[in-house]
Amino acid sequence: MPLLEVRNLEVSFGLRSGDVKALRNVNFTLDRGERLGLVGESGAGKSVLGFSILNLISKPGRISDGQILFEGKDLADMSPEELRNIRGNRISMIFQDPMMTLNPVLTIGQQMVECLQAHRNISNENARTIAVQKLQQVQIPSPETRIDQYPHELSGGMRQRVVIAIGLLMDPDIIIADEPTTALDVTIQAEIMELMVELCERNNVALILITHDLGVVSQVTQKAIVMYAGRIIEQGPTREIINDAQHPYTQGLMNALPQMAIPGQRLNQIRGSMPSLQKIPTGCAFNPRCDYLRDACTKQLPGYTVSGNCKVACHMVAELKQAEQAPHEA
Amino acid sequence: MIAFFIKRLAQAIVVMFVISIISFSIQDNLGDPLREMVGQSVSEAERQELRNELGLNDPFLVQYGRFVKNALQGDLGTSYFFKEPALDVILGKLPATLELVFGASLIIVFLSVPLGVYSAINPHSWFSRAVMGFSIIGISVPVFLTAIGLIYLFSIELGWMPSFGRGDTQPMFWGWESGFFTWDGIAHLILPCISLASIMLPLFIRLIRAEMMEVLQSEYVKSAWAKGLNPRRIYFLHALKNTMLPVITVGGVQIGTMVAYTILTETVFQWPGMGFLFLEAINRVDTPLIVAYLIVVGAIFVITNTIVDLIYGLVNPTVNLAGKK
Repeated sequence: MPLLEVRNLEVSFGLRSGDVKALRNVNFTLDRGERLGLVGESGAGKSVLGFSILNLISKPGRISDGQILFEGKDLADMSPEELRNIRGNRISMIFQDPMMTLNPVLTIGQQMVECLQAHRNISNENARTIAVQKLQQVQIPSPETRIDQYPHELSGGMRQRVVIAIGLLMDPDIIIADEPTTALDVTIQAEIMELMVELCERNNVALILITHDLGVVSQVTQKAIVMYAGRIIEQGPTREIINDAQHPYTQGLMNALPQMAIPGQRLNQIRGSMPSLQKIPTGCAFNPRCDYLRDACTKQLPGYTVSGNCKVACHMVAELKQAEQAPHEA
Repeated sequence: MIAFFIKRLAQAIVVMFVISIISFSIQDNLGDPLREMVGQSVSEAERQELRNELGLNDPFLVQYGRFVKNALQGDLGTSYFFKEPALDVILGKLPATLELVFGASLIIVFLSVPLGVYSAINPHSWFSRAVMGFSIIGISVPVFLTAIGLIYLFSIELGWMPSFGRGDTQPMFWGWESGFFTWDGIAHLILPCISLASIMLPLFIRLIRAEMMEVLQSEYVKSAWAKGLNPRRIYFLHALKNTMLPVITVGGVQIGTMVAYTILTETVFQWPGMGFLFLEAINRVDTPLIVAYLIVVGAIFVITNTIVDLIYGLVNPTVNLAGKK
């Protein structure tokens, strides 16, 4: 049994104009200690997926269909108390902006101790000792004094280390990290990412890394999911997706990487922009931006085609594969 | 901390200086104090003599200089009507007014926080909608009308509450008296306090609700949920503490404003406080008393704002009053 299995997940937002589906038919699994990258443009539904795993979608959103099986138990169908037992304890979350995720009026220590005490019957002193240890693990200098400080007394990088320490506090099974380095200085990004991966590896914690940085995904994760307009369009082993992307959208993302560009030339980009969730084109949602448009693409939602170890939602997979191999044969 | 107080003191001096100039300069335009002080039988020559004696014919700056010199010694002039030091007359009425403001503040604090928090957490419940609806009514209906309505309903129709005065008061300290120690005193306080609170309470409910709703959307509240904390802790510690920061600031200003609103409440309820006295003083053109009232109210504003800033510094760790490292 996988640690986490998401089945046919659908998340809807009830708006005045009717229900809008932010996630449709999402399926994936995550094993213990595995690292999964969730990639896509802004608005693709990556963060919604991250939040829905903890059943933390705020109103008017709701999980309208499907299951989120954590160790076989459905998180979408749990009582608030059961959920509270899992949140922060078995599955924890690291948010994007450390300036915003720590409560400005509570000390670092208060915010760590409360989490320990919410899940364990533990005295203040013992909780504090554990908190100091965790701060040490994330390499915060002089944690004994830092623990009594308020968030505004720490730098951005320090704060994100604190947030990671809080994420690791209960030795969870899964950490969901929603763009954990985006708000940080470029020089610190790599450092924080490395620290996070190392700690996950050491404690055998599974990581769901939500990001739009394909470079990070290729370095850090074993499995990747590419999302577009609320749907998974490609998923499989990271190496295969990076080296041999099947879906035209994933290919476009790869070509858009600055590393792929020839100096002096314009950077590649995917033309157009992601459709609003209220106006998703019929058929394949990517069709208005796709270079390989066929009739079927505008009429029918593509199912998943297995290609190698990957699953791709594109009508053109076979055809593209042939076209790709053709020049080699000639 | 000492630096904060010195800065505050300097600000207070500037504020009080401005208030004194304004209040002193309007007194010339309030009418002739002599008309109220002496009868019609007094001749014009005698009136002139009396004016000279009171210094009313001196140039403005001379009068103001004399006023400041006396004021610094705690003498704000002698009330024309009471023939007593104006400051003593005002301070004698201060406890009654403060009692009213205190009672109204209690009502506001104990109702606005739970109602504001509840309606922020459950914005769509019928109770929240009812609270919001009533708060609009509360804001729009003038205190005069509220007060008269309360008297009509609870004093005249139902006969539950006394309609005027302070009732039985007990001595406290410094010769001040309060009605908080007897049932009769408290009964007399209830209606005036409710009507005084009727303007501010809806304002605070709406303010707390709006702030709280914003705070509940914040990332740190989301991450508190993701930590699996108890909802009570999230609402009443994580969210409420941040909600209260702007509320405390507004509250400080509003306490001062409430002192001013007592003029209306005290008039309707015949409450023997400062506001009632002030209206009488205006009718009698008792200028020293008017000036003394304005200065005392100004001082109350300065003091409450200083206290509020201190409290704000205690709640908000990013504000560093004490200059500690």
